[in-house]
Amino acid sequence: MKTSNTAEFKNFYVICEQRDNKVQKVSYELIGEATKLAAAYKEETGKDEKVIAVVLGDDVQPVCQSLLDHGADEAIYIEDPMLKEYVTEPYVKACVQLIEEKKPNVVLFGASSIGRDLAPRTASRVHTGLTADCTKLTMEMDDKYPGKSVNEVLLHMTRPAFGGNIMATILIRHHRPQMATVRPGVMQLIDVVPNKPGKIEEYKVEFVPEDMNVKIVEVLKEGHKAVDITEAKYLVSGGRGIGSADFYNELRKVADLLGGEISSSRANVDAGWIEKSRQVGQTGKTVRPDLYMACGISGAIQHLAGMDQSEYIIAINKNDSAPIFEVADLGVVGDVKVIIPKLIDALAKYKEAEANA
Amino acid sequence: MRIAVCIKQVPDTREVKLDPVTNNLIRDGVPSIINMDDKSGLEMAIRLKEKHGGTVTVFTMGPPQADLALREALAMGCDKAYLISAREFGGSDTYATGYIIANAMRKVEEEEGAFDLFITGRQAIDGDTAQVGPQIAENLGVPQISYAEGIEINGDVVTVKRQYEDRYHIIEVGMPCLLTAIQELAEPRYMHAGLIVDAYNTEIPVIDFAALESRIDKTTIGNAGSPTNVVRSFTKQPKGQGIKYDNVGPDEAVKIIMDKMIERHII
Repeated sequence: MKTSNTAEFKNFYVICEQRDNKVQKVSYELIGEATKLAAAYKEETGKDEKVIAVVLGDDVQPVCQSLLDHGADEAIYIEDPMLKEYVTEPYVKACVQLIEEKKPNVVLFGASSIGRDLAPRTASRVHTGLTADCTKLTMEMDDKYPGKSVNEVLLHMTRPAFGGNIMATILIRHHRPQMATVRPGVMQLIDVVPNKPGKIEEYKVEFVPEDMNVKIVEVLKEGHKAVDITEAKYLVSGGRGIGSADFYNELRKVADLLGGEISSSRANVDAGWIEKSRQVGQTGKTVRPDLYMACGISGAIQHLAGMDQSEYIIAINKNDSAPIFEVADLGVVGDVKVIIPKLIDALAKYKEAEANA
Repeated sequence: MRIAVCIKQVPDTREVKLDPVTNNLIRDGVPSIINMDDKSGLEMAIRLKEKHGGTVTVFTMGPPQADLALREALAMGCDKAYLISAREFGGSDTYATGYIIANAMRKVEEEEGAFDLFITGRQAIDGDTAQVGPQIAENLGVPQISYAEGIEINGDVVTVKRQYEDRYHIIEVGMPCLLTAIQELAEPRYMHAGLIVDAYNTEIPVIDFAALESRIDKTTIGNAGSPTNVVRSFTKQPKGQGIKYDNVGPDEAVKIIMDKMIERHII
């Protein structure tokens, strides 16, 4: 809501996401990020604000301890059978009531297909701003823009725009809470402290049958490959240079030997060689694996936007001026169709030797 | 059945390149297109009209030249088009945009009758926010189902296949409601040759600020009225250069890769 009294809005809230009562990784990432933001805020202002994790669902009290363990100072749960599967209206109603009553300074959501449905509607209802798909958040003094700056420490939200071609930093100056959705896989987890003490509290929302303004007639999990490439530690990724859909079988062998997953550039998804859920990039997923092996990927800027934060990048490409080499830690100019089969042999031999050692 | 579809004219960001020397965006010569998700929604609306009867009215908010996107929609088979355009609307963020578009649609409803179904694209490729659809729905006060991969209508019940990362929901919803379309929803048709001439000769009515002045709060639109403000934009700094081997045979390449993976404890 628009406010001249921004000081009455306090604390960093993370709206956590559960599926089948399992907290999603992005929520833990956001809790970790919120602890960093709260620490930076304290350093800048001297004000001690809490990180409060909120989870909605049916019988979700048992997951609250894990929210504390991942860094939250407090956990709040909102329970109702209506909240078992995600549905827009009951979730929005609960978030709006919580925000209007608790008056948070900052509210973060995962930029998943749930968060990107829930957050905008909530923002419109509480009349505040929302920045989508952020990849960087900082708490900084807003004093650089004379005539516009409010000289307060604000959430600086940075996100890719224009298809990943440019980055934009966005502020919410006169409205609260400051709200953002954050791309999964971008923020880092902090160390887990098992059984970390902290308040766990239920927040009551009265639901009426009319809140359920749609009817879920079926939940289909089959036929929907449950692979989440953002969770993979190692990714072996194929681009146009692999030449055919069949070559993913070879990449799959490399991934299996490493204990990783296969992913793709956009071109191969558009060509129907591999499913959309494995697409890395601006219109696909942002990944940050320990190893990203780019095989025959030229590295269009939209692709780089989704993987350039990977811990270690190996690129194999025939074209020695391919942009992928600009972000690769290790680049090899060569034909993936020759190198990969040899790499499979080398990996298999290495594994065998290791097993016999 | 009366269907309203919202589309956005966007630069084809797939065609955008960076100047290798200055690292600036090269915007010249980038074609403008109807955003892909929106076009899929448009196609679905036309198919629903063909099956169940009714009309499709298409809206876009943007500068005067966005009328081209509307003309393309008319040539695909839409019945009516409105351009929402005014200097006062410029610089609106998603919150303000949702508010303006919803009010423009309400105005048209008062004159021509209520819409049963609203369709938008999930997200536009220039902004990638996915926020405007849900924010239009909130301002209209109708239920929303985003990420629609399938839509069927039986009587007054709409059945939607809603996509998530790990599942689908099959959802039934009454009308009016708003759905946001993803590309998988429907492969768009080409413009109909017989409709092109009409589409390019017709006058597109403009909904400007004066038309909405009585129903919207001027302090909540445009750059000044939007809750979010862009304070800085910049091109990404490329990561520091690694090592590149451009003159090694495949066996040596494999050895280099293996050594690195061992060194980094990947294997």
